[in-house]
Amino acid sequence: MIQTLFGSVEPEPSLLEKLKSGVQKTRAGLVNALEDALQGRKEIDAELLDELESTLISADIGVRTTEEILERIRQRVERHQLADAAELKGMIREQLLEILAASERAPAHVAEPPAVILMVGVNGSGKTTTIGKLAQRLKNEHRSVLLCAADTFRAAAIEQLEVWAERSGAQLVRQGPGSDPSAVVFDAVQAAKARKVDCVIVDTAGRLQTKEHLMAELHKMTRTARKVIPDAPHEVLLVLDATTGQNGLEQARKFTESSGVTGIVLTKLDGTAKGGIVVAIARELNLPIRYVGVGEKVDDLLPFDSETFIESLFEK
Amino acid sequence: MFDNLSEKLQRVFKNLRGEGKLSAENMESALREIRLALLEADVNFRVVKQLIENIKAKAMGEDVLTALSPSQQVIKIVHEELIKILGSHEAKLRFANEPPSVFMIVGLQGSGKTTSAGKLARWLSRNGHRPMLVSVDVYRPAAREQLKVIAKEVGQPIWEGAAEEKLPLDLARSARRECANMGRDVLLVDTAGRLHIDEDLMTELQQLKEQLNPVEILFVADAMTGQDAVKSADEFHKRLGITGIILTKMDGDARGGAALSIRNVTGQPLKFVGVGEKSDAFEPFHPDRAANRILGMGDILSFIEKASEEIDQKKAVEMQRKLIDNEFTLEDFRDQLRQIRKLGPLSGLLDMMPKVGMLKELKDVKVDENEINHVVAIIDSMTPRERDNHMIINGSRRRRIARGSGRSVQEVNQLLKQYAQARKMMKSLSGGFLGRKFGKMKMPAGFPFGNLPGR
Ligand SMILES: Nc1nc2c(ncn2[C@@H]2O[C@H](COP(=O)(O)OP(=O)(O)O)[C@@H](O)[C@H]2O)c(=O)[nH]1
Ligand SMILES: Nc1nc2c(ncn2[C@@H]2O[C@H](COP(=O)(O)OP(=O)(O)O)[C@@H](O)[C@H]2O)c(=O)[nH]1
Ligand SMILES: [Mg+2]
Ligand SMILES: [Mg+2]
Repeated sequence: MIQTLFGSVEPEPSLLEKLKSGVQKTRAGLVNALEDALQGRKEIDAELLDELESTLISADIGVRTTEEILERIRQRVERHQLADAAELKGMIREQLLEILAASERAPAHVAEPPAVILMVGVNGSGKTTTIGKLAQRLKNEHRSVLLCAADTFRAAAIEQLEVWAERSGAQLVRQGPGSDPSAVVFDAVQAAKARKVDCVIVDTAGRLQTKEHLMAELHKMTRTARKVIPDAPHEVLLVLDATTGQNGLEQARKFTESSGVTGIVLTKLDGTAKGGIVVAIARELNLPIRYVGVGEKVDDLLPFDSETFIESLFEK
Repeated sequence: MFDNLSEKLQRVFKNLRGEGKLSAENMESALREIRLALLEADVNFRVVKQLIENIKAKAMGEDVLTALSPSQQVIKIVHEELIKILGSHEAKLRFANEPPSVFMIVGLQGSGKTTSAGKLARWLSRNGHRPMLVSVDVYRPAAREQLKVIAKEVGQPIWEGAAEEKLPLDLARSARRECANMGRDVLLVDTAGRLHIDEDLMTELQQLKEQLNPVEILFVADAMTGQDAVKSADEFHKRLGITGIILTKMDGDARGGAALSIRNVTGQPLKFVGVGEKSDAFEPFHPDRAANRILGMGDILSFIEKASEEIDQKKAVEMQRKLIDNEFTLEDFRDQLRQIRKLGPLSGLLDMMPKVGMLKELKDVKVDENEINHVVAIIDSMTPRERDNHMIINGSRRRRIARGSGRSVQEVNQLLKQYAQARKMMKSLSGGFLGRKFGKMKMPAGFPFGNLPGR
């Protein structure tokens, strides 16, 4: 059962199924790197651990998290709790699951619609596209959706969101390019309240987490939404590109500080990048991963599933 | 966030002086630190492995020099190895003998292709060329509209194609024709973002290449990319034979190790870096700076370059002397503030500063342009004598100054207190490299506008 802002919905095709169905993509089979490494081996030796380390690091999990996992394995080997190489994979999976499970959290309950979802993230991570897909998902659940074009900065960002609103059949509130994003938020949230819309999704301009004035601008948008709906925003989703390396952790940290991120959307998982940085993010910041993006079409957004995700970390 | 590698190495080698040679034993923990730093900077793990071996081979048995500390010596070796991969000089764009020169701009989704196309058009137009833009991104919503807006902004023509031209190949064909007709010498072709494993779209790029015969195929990569950078770059290169790389979003705090990985796997040079969203935030790639940044040593050279463009050198030297001789008056201070103001948006400037190592004091300095104006206003309200000697500013003078400047007495008090402290501190700090060049740039946190919120 999948949790959404409004409760539960039916399960649907898994990420793996979805990825497998992308026929023309030459995603190199589901060869399992770890099993490769384990082939014909019984003992856990330094070489095997090295290979393990490479697998984890190349998935962008980061050195620190990787070292921590390996250290625990070493300890168990030393204490003779783990001798058989075949048990290794299970153990790593268990550890990763534990990290991801610890950060799971149900979305905030929305006492009275509209629910306000704020999308934040660095430039080009996939915010606008994700909004289009999310609007479609909510539509499928028979929710009415209003999109708020608060990226008034990037060239043609408003037009882009407009296309997504059309595609997903959502309403749109916009102003002209260069207008104050907070003013658009105010308009949108008020309109949603008046029109009794179920959900407002706010598109914001991409910003690097080091730009303090831009982070403050996000904060202002939040405050503005609260003027109309005191417990808004109900969700603040950080949209993170799966190709992101170690900087992803800093992104999560700074966006959480400035705008109270409540969950992550991991986009572009249809490529070869694994998005392992979310493991480090879950571990350090306790942020749940809500959705994954697996393409550029309107239905290419899936709820996050940790088992499938971990499985995919070990694919070549 | 990151500890500076050079600091770590200093710790590692603390006891090395007197050992004579860099050896396997005393290098071991140093190599571990180097490996960690490179991996945290997102350099691909295979590249890291190779680098570590090279560094080891080079360092082993080297005499410990007296001129450099062992850690400096190792840093130098690491730096040299990075430069070996990154290239030792700026790479130039190529142009066709017979115009128009076609540049294709390719890469993954959201890496910054369209923005970079606009930046490149601007850069070319300022370097004696007459570029024309065309977008063949028929997939992403409003992508062509985006380039149109950008083209207008940089004042360069864009070919929008005839109404019936809906396919990338058709658009490209007519753009090339139009480019020649209009006497433009460079055609910049902005392509749709695509995954390297998307067979259809990669084939489309190959067809575009065949038809356009480009002199440059520029691969646009995001500086925040992690380990996967090698895979995508490798595939784009195999399919297309890219001729150069543009590394975007270097205005953040990503260390940009992907540059090393991409350069290593494709063998093609980095040509430009994107350092912001505006069309002028675009610079030629400097291998030396990139190497420093990967090692966490900050882009100090960019900062110095920018600062030296703006700051009056003679004045800076004079200021330095005054600092050392403790003759730095409020008058001088006001002068300095005015110069800082001239540097433009301060936040951008401070972003370029290394947030580590010797400039750690700067980490929390948030400069508020308004605050500078307030301080200048306060000093403006003082008499020349008061500016010359702050000791004479007693209670009644403070009240007068406050009234005259429209600020509160507390603010005047605070300024004077911090000025006195800063004078002391600057004297002790002014021996450093930056200090030598531009004394006042090295502001300790808590300096007049140190603890105020940024803009
Ligand atoms: N392959 C793939 N591309 C995506 C995905 N999500 C977004 N994109 C693409 O990434 C690029 C940037 O997306 P956009 O939504 O404009 O990013 P924003 O700047 O964060 O709003 C566009 O070309 C999108 O089509 C995804 O899940 N998979
Ligand atoms: N901060 C920053 N943002 C950039 C830079 N280059 C591009 N961007 C932003 O990255 C996002 C995606 O850029 P775009 O040109 O649309 O990418 P494309 O999908 O590859 O064409 C936009 O929000 C751009 O403003 C850069 O150098 N620095
Ligand atoms: Mg957007
Ligand atoms: Mg584009």
